[in-house]
Amino acid sequence: MSHIKTLTNGIFRENPTFGLVLGMCPTLATTTSAANGMGMGAATTFVLVMSNLVISLVANLIPDKIRIPAFIVIIAAFVTIVDFAMQAYTQSLYEALGLFIPLIVVNCIVLGRAEAFASKNGPILSMLDGLGMGIGFTLSLTILGCIREFLGSGKIFDMTIMPEQYGMLAFVLAPGGFLVLGLLMAIVNRLRKSN
Amino acid sequence: MGKKLESNFTNMVVVLFAISLIASAGVGYVYTLTQEPIAKAAQAKQQQAISNVVPGEFDNDPTADMWTKEIDGGVLEFYPAKKGGELVGTAVKTFSNNGFNGYIEIMAGFKPDGSIYDYSVLKNNETPGLGSKMNDWFREGEKRDVRGKTPGTAGLKVSKDGGDIDAITAATISSRAFLDAINRAAAALQGADATSGATQQNQ
Repeated sequence: MSHIKTLTNGIFRENPTFGLVLGMCPTLATTTSAANGMGMGAATTFVLVMSNLVISLVANLIPDKIRIPAFIVIIAAFVTIVDFAMQAYTQSLYEALGLFIPLIVVNCIVLGRAEAFASKNGPILSMLDGLGMGIGFTLSLTILGCIREFLGSGKIFDMTIMPEQYGMLAFVLAPGGFLVLGLLMAIVNRLRKSN
Repeated sequence: MGKKLESNFTNMVVVLFAISLIASAGVGYVYTLTQEPIAKAAQAKQQQAISNVVPGEFDNDPTADMWTKEIDGGVLEFYPAKKGGELVGTAVKTFSNNGFNGYIEIMAGFKPDGSIYDYSVLKNNETPGLGSKMNDWFREGEKRDVRGKTPGTAGLKVSKDGGDIDAITAATISSRAFLDAINRAAAALQGADATSGATQQNQ
């Protein structure tokens, strides 16, 4: 039971975007379209799962005073691996996300979960936590991306729903990102309270 | 779970060193694995970009016949596409530093007579939804379409500057940068035809 709870925790109750409000920079920057948001989510999920696993395994070998630099090195290694893999196999996505892939290193979700969860729990629970957080992050990014892409350019996942000239450009740009994020956060909070 | 390692100097140095060593070994290994696919993907993209902008088919390898020219603090790359030794078009990888957010890179295709056949924007940091529309904008409608136009040495201009190309709505700077890149390629190609074009045909 606690395994499932750990997994679902990140998806709804402690959703990184709407619940913990972590990692706002990549959230706002990469959700200009649904596909970009989902790509960013998937890359972050991989890093989360792998870094949580490794950190939970070696946590006891790392002296407390150097745990932050040690975690960062481990996370950075996985981010670099993702960076290479995306460059090799998903060129167009790599170009769309660009700078934000290397920036996963300093995404507070990854370091936050390493510090708050993986360093205190076993490998299996840590992996589940990483997976749950990753799925939660991916879901919220995809939803945000869908809404912004639809309102901004009338498309979802590049499929035209309504003609582009009705799109409100502001939603693709930063101000619309803040608006959509704020409104979604309010809705999620309302749902959470009524639960 | 066991006891935590004590935070004394030796422990910290040894652990951090070991972690860095293992991490860099892992990254290095993945680098060797992905090095080839990355190079291949970049090359395939280049090939695709070239064949998108030159007219008709070609049977040579434009990348192998590539020649370059330094201009305005950058390098233009020329990819001649030939069929049976006859030049059918030249793809020019050109650039402009005057984009709204700086550098843009365009692959522009020219017919042997110097007119534009097609183009494709390779890199741009223009505002999404405004300047970033340049990849489609200059193909649509009569007053925007740059295809078939011959920039020559005078160059193409947006209508605001007295030219006959309609700029992207709310993105005149991006449009100017786009035409700047195209004009640079055209001028360089024309200049090169006069000088090195002769040596080209001798090959």
